[in-house]
Amino acid sequence: MKPIKIIKLDTSINFLSKTKIFISLSMIFLIASICLLLSRGLNFGIDFNGGTLIEVQKISGNADVSEMRSRLGQLDLGNIQLQEFGKKTDLLIRVEQLSEEEGVQQVIINEISEVVEKDYKIRRIEVVGPKVSAELIKKGIIAVITAVISVLIYIWFRFEWQFGIGAIFALVHDIIITIGVFSLLQLEFNLSIIAALLTIVGYSLNDTVVIYDRIREELRKYKKMPIVELINQALNLTLSRTLMTSITTLLALISLYLFGGEVIKGFTFAMIWGVLIGTYSSIFIASPILIGLNIKRDWSKNDGE
Amino acid sequence: MLYFSKFKSISILMICLFGIIFAFPNLLSQNSLNDLPKILPHKQINLGLDLRGGSHLLVEVQSSVRASERMDDLFDDIRIELRRNKILLSDITQINNEIKITLSDVGFKDNLLDIVESLSQNVKGQLGSGQLNSELQIIEQTDGSILVSMTEVALNDLLRRSVDQSIEIIRRRIDELGTKEPTIQRQGDSRILIQVPGLDDPKRLKDLLGTTAKMNFHLIDPFYDGDNVSRSSMALKHANNDSTYVVERRSIIGGENLVDAQPGFDSQTNQPIVNFRFDSQGSRKFGKITTDNVGKLFAIVLDNEVISAPIINEPILGGSGMISGSFTVQEANDLAILLRAGALPAPLVILEERTVGPGLGADSIKSGQIASILGLMLVLLYMFVSYGRFGIYSNISLIINLSLIVAVLSILQATLTLPGIAGIILTIGMAVDANVLIFERIREEIANKKSVINAIDNGYKRARTTILDANITTFIAAIILFQLGSGPIKGFSVTLAIGIITSVFTAFTVTRFFVATWIKKTNPKEINI
Repeated sequence: MKPIKIIKLDTSINFLSKTKIFISLSMIFLIASICLLLSRGLNFGIDFNGGTLIEVQKISGNADVSEMRSRLGQLDLGNIQLQEFGKKTDLLIRVEQLSEEEGVQQVIINEISEVVEKDYKIRRIEVVGPKVSAELIKKGIIAVITAVISVLIYIWFRFEWQFGIGAIFALVHDIIITIGVFSLLQLEFNLSIIAALLTIVGYSLNDTVVIYDRIREELRKYKKMPIVELINQALNLTLSRTLMTSITTLLALISLYLFGGEVIKGFTFAMIWGVLIGTYSSIFIASPILIGLNIKRDWSKNDGE
Repeated sequence: MLYFSKFKSISILMICLFGIIFAFPNLLSQNSLNDLPKILPHKQINLGLDLRGGSHLLVEVQSSVRASERMDDLFDDIRIELRRNKILLSDITQINNEIKITLSDVGFKDNLLDIVESLSQNVKGQLGSGQLNSELQIIEQTDGSILVSMTEVALNDLLRRSVDQSIEIIRRRIDELGTKEPTIQRQGDSRILIQVPGLDDPKRLKDLLGTTAKMNFHLIDPFYDGDNVSRSSMALKHANNDSTYVVERRSIIGGENLVDAQPGFDSQTNQPIVNFRFDSQGSRKFGKITTDNVGKLFAIVLDNEVISAPIINEPILGGSGMISGSFTVQEANDLAILLRAGALPAPLVILEERTVGPGLGADSIKSGQIASILGLMLVLLYMFVSYGRFGIYSNISLIINLSLIVAVLSILQATLTLPGIAGIILTIGMAVDANVLIFERIREEIANKKSVINAIDNGYKRARTTILDANITTFIAAIILFQLGSGPIKGFSVTLAIGIITSVFTAFTVTRFFVATWIKKTNPKEINI
């Protein structure tokens, strides 16, 4: 059997001809994301907002959201969110943090379990108090920033500063637009989404680095070729690999999204989105930026190797 | 790049074999694991609480409560000492763990300072320094009054001791529940992380942790006239009904003298009770007090609530007694556990809880398995379709890669969480990247009319730096994730990091080894890739 090639070796797509369009498109998405963040904000989960989350499963028959709502309404616990969770038998109960005092939420759990226990089984309880949620916000922000800075340093070390700027721009682009999507769809933003963001940082950079490596190699080979043509050639040469890796990663992620259970759906969604946007940005953002940054043409002295 | 020395070939095969042997126990049930010959490894992956079910609790020790208790005692002691030395007070107040003392005659100030000095205990400073520090600090005010408070060192020492003791007491209480392998760790200065797997009733665990269980016996104040509670007494509520008792502040005996407590039943009423026994010192003390106070009432007080207030019918000399307080069987049971394990030095407050029931854990494992197998199948198929024979080589090394990940996780006894499974699945997708990079290079070289051997050789050589660069960046992200990590997320970063290392190894060595062996055997003039 002859292997199937999705991209022919002599493929020559002019990726850079539409650079202006893609950059403006990305800028629009970036600005839209920031506006969304400022206006709608994020639907923070209990990790960052504090509060209580209880997953229950009806022992027999299907769960009844409205009946449960009236049952919990009598407890007078403030704002309670109720939603079906994956299966018709499962419900997710979310109670906002009522006070700054630690430990109050345990009382809430006891009250809720008393009214649900007779026909529901409690599958999961998560409680995050005000102190811990404040720390998690801090930790999350620090983690994302540290990740961005440390890979910037790595790229700078291995390449040239122009590449570092290009990679970091693509990275920030990916992160902000991913957060923007979470704001637009009001999906729950919790600690596992931060984990997904960091993995996206890794993945998107992985993609960018492969292309950059190729650009650097071409720079050494063709000292006189115009930069636009050279970058375009590097993009075409790596295109097959870029698509292959994205597709295998997506195959794995999609099966995880469909069958991996409700608890990590948010995480997998972020990852799938991240792979898509990471692939897009390495081709259409990270690479064209190099043109404007006036990269060094003479690599004969083997710098950075 | 295609030459492998004998030594290298054997090492590669050994590593693969080792991966398979160490991953193997994970495919077995507990029973067949026991039947495995002794020389084979038996370690299985450690499942996280989100997969096996269990409770993760982060608690904080409220040591400030202990500091204010100490200040209460000090407040009393200073007054008593001043009275004994016949020094007149103009005013003494206690605000926010500071005692302010104003004397009638400022001339006695030196005596006051001596008294406070003598009441101050020595405390150890930083661990290991061995230097003793003063517990109390005294600030003299311009108006002649003095302020007494605990020093920073004393407060830190108190906190450290409270956390140490709490860890010990928590361990004893949880052991009494009969759960397997609880983890109890100090976190930061004032926190304790408690992880208890496979718990049927998480609420019971929390109730046990939420009770300080400080038990004291107090005499009921015989002079209470029903109006004013005197300075040396205090009013306490009953735990189960609305009645209030006025008891003497000083307790006659406390829980620290207990040696045993067991649940039982009252022989007359058949109600659940708790039988207890004092140590010899406690027995003597209890015997003397009950002898002196026959006919009077005393109160058994648990965490500032009266649980029972019996009458002393006769001297109790044997050192044992019982508490009957309209308990249920489980309440009697738990009270006995708490009394046996001892009181917590300070109350605990739960800052974070993540509890997963066994049902959800099992479901997560199942869906994780389905998703991994499906994802793996899809990737294997896709790689085969795309690269033919080379795809098969890469597929074999992907499977070896997976068994290496599982083997490393088993050996390190790292914890596999649900996000950890996601990390493995993600690795399945990303692991082939290295092979893809190499194969694409080989394709290019072939298209440039290189010979087969040259093409493959160049393919590997050229792809090497790229593969390293690309994987180091993801590895950096994984390390940062590990730092951020609480529980499940840490599991994700661990599998991701291990996966990166094993996938670079398998792509670079194992696949190359297969390719080289094949080339050596058949010496093909052209290849389909």
